[in-house]
Amino acid sequence: MPMMPDFSLAMPEIWVGVMACVILMMDLFIPGRDRVITMWLSLFTLAVAAWLTIRQQWGVEAVTFGESYIADNLAVVLKVSIYAMTALAFLYAQRYLKQRGLLQGEFFVLGLFGVLGMMVISSAHSLLTAYIGLELLALCQYALVAYNRNSQLAGEAAMKYFVLGALSSGILLYGMSMIYGATATLELAAIAEAAARSGDNILYVFGLVFMLVGVAFKFGAVPFHMWVPDVYEGAPTPVALYIGTAPKIAALALFLRLLAEGLGALQEHWQLMVAILAVLSLIIGNLFAIVQSNFKRLLGYSTVSHIGFVLLGLVAGSEQGFGAALFYVVTYAITAAGAFAIIILLSREGFEGDRLDDLKGLFRRDGWAALALLLMMFSMTGIPGTVGFYAKLLVIKALIDVGMVWLAVFAIVFAVISAFYYLKVLKIAFFDPVEDNSALQASGGFRLILTGNALAVLLLGIFPGSLMAVCLAAFG
Amino acid sequence: MEAMTIQLEHYLILGAIVFSLGVAGIFLNRKNAIILLMSLELILLAANINFIGFSRFLGDIAGQVFVFFVLTVAAAEAAIGLAILVVLFRSRDTINVGDLDSLKG
Repeated sequence: MPMMPDFSLAMPEIWVGVMACVILMMDLFIPGRDRVITMWLSLFTLAVAAWLTIRQQWGVEAVTFGESYIADNLAVVLKVSIYAMTALAFLYAQRYLKQRGLLQGEFFVLGLFGVLGMMVISSAHSLLTAYIGLELLALCQYALVAYNRNSQLAGEAAMKYFVLGALSSGILLYGMSMIYGATATLELAAIAEAAARSGDNILYVFGLVFMLVGVAFKFGAVPFHMWVPDVYEGAPTPVALYIGTAPKIAALALFLRLLAEGLGALQEHWQLMVAILAVLSLIIGNLFAIVQSNFKRLLGYSTVSHIGFVLLGLVAGSEQGFGAALFYVVTYAITAAGAFAIIILLSREGFEGDRLDDLKGLFRRDGWAALALLLMMFSMTGIPGTVGFYAKLLVIKALIDVGMVWLAVFAIVFAVISAFYYLKVLKIAFFDPVEDNSALQASGGFRLILTGNALAVLLLGIFPGSLMAVCLAAFG
Repeated sequence: MEAMTIQLEHYLILGAIVFSLGVAGIFLNRKNAIILLMSLELILLAANINFIGFSRFLGDIAGQVFVFFVLTVAAAEAAIGLAILVVLFRSRDTINVGDLDSLKG
């Protein structure tokens, strides 16, 4: 007979799920249009979830719910970074949404349900939980992109995102059905065992290809990247911030759970495919970013190229490589959040501020914001002193350690090419003449958070040791 | 003549045909966005056929349980898809896929 599941192990998920429902209800009865209480309740939920996650799951390695849920160090690192990025997105979102009359409880509730989906992916130990978590996240994201109902661009972006996202989930599911057929089980540990025993079965390779395509879609890796720039440009900026940060961590979680843990025995098969995806992402992402005139679109293509780096860490296939990929994706999320925050800062009522030209003379208009932008762009380029440098260094080191020197050289070449458009952004912000001389409206709170974000990029770049150790411990 | 029985391959081939129809429907259709939603349903159903076929022939019930979850997800997905379609139609007065071209580059 099946045993009673261990509910205490899954406390963080239960807490976030219950609180999301509570906040949804409470929001109906909160007077006023500021939604301050809703926001603080959401942040409180995330903080308590972080505490619960660390308390219940760090240093444990246990499965429950009929072996379909796992709690381990990797899950803790993934979840806590997801909470942090979501909290940042909530904090940045408030001013932008309020100016456009979009500040409603739904934003936070959808965000929290998305977090629940990401948590389930991070702790997935069977194909079923991975799929359910993925869909929960994806459905929230589609709704969030269409959040501004009056915007034509948002509607179009949501439709494109929905069709491509649902297609990729379908492809992933089809791959899962193949793997199920080959192994007769949904549970990842049993799948790993079966794959190690009889991995030469053609069904495995079929399933693997379909699943990899699905995961690559969620990452936004070339050639499955078409939705990334469209969604970034069309969605409201805070939603783009949300989608561009935490779900990337969840995509990595999906890869690590399904392909690294479940189909680790087929590593030689997926290594080459992932390497091709990584190389294409670096080429297309960087080259297309050069010609963009919209800052959000540029960040979209730059995400694609950074995903190339994350995938290179996964190609290495060693524990060190996985740790490097995790470190890269977390630090990239922090940096990208700061870059989107600058766009939010530039925007005002009826003005998006997302063209590169809107940055002209930013240094003279607001030196502090320009310095924050400088740090973010330096970090994305990978200049020493910022955290982006160590992220790239770790990936390249992992590649060289397993003898893939050519891929490492290739990655460095494209990191240099990427400097061109990041520095172009800085040139516009620092040296071009001011066109729009209105002062940037930002509350002290917003400035404080952005300062904290910029300092995180700087301090993690000078003292990366502890975060690095945590990322490597996740695979120890 | 021996009566032909339905084997696992038949389910898999049916699944593969339905899956291909779904994918082709998404990429060939340039007119109506509702056809996209129908194609997406076909893809999920193709995976369901596979799951049930495997479940039956492997003698493992888990695949059929998975199908119930997929059906639920498919319903939720259709709801969200139609909602987005309504948003799109209200702001543009068209659901023609070919007209969705203001975001590019």
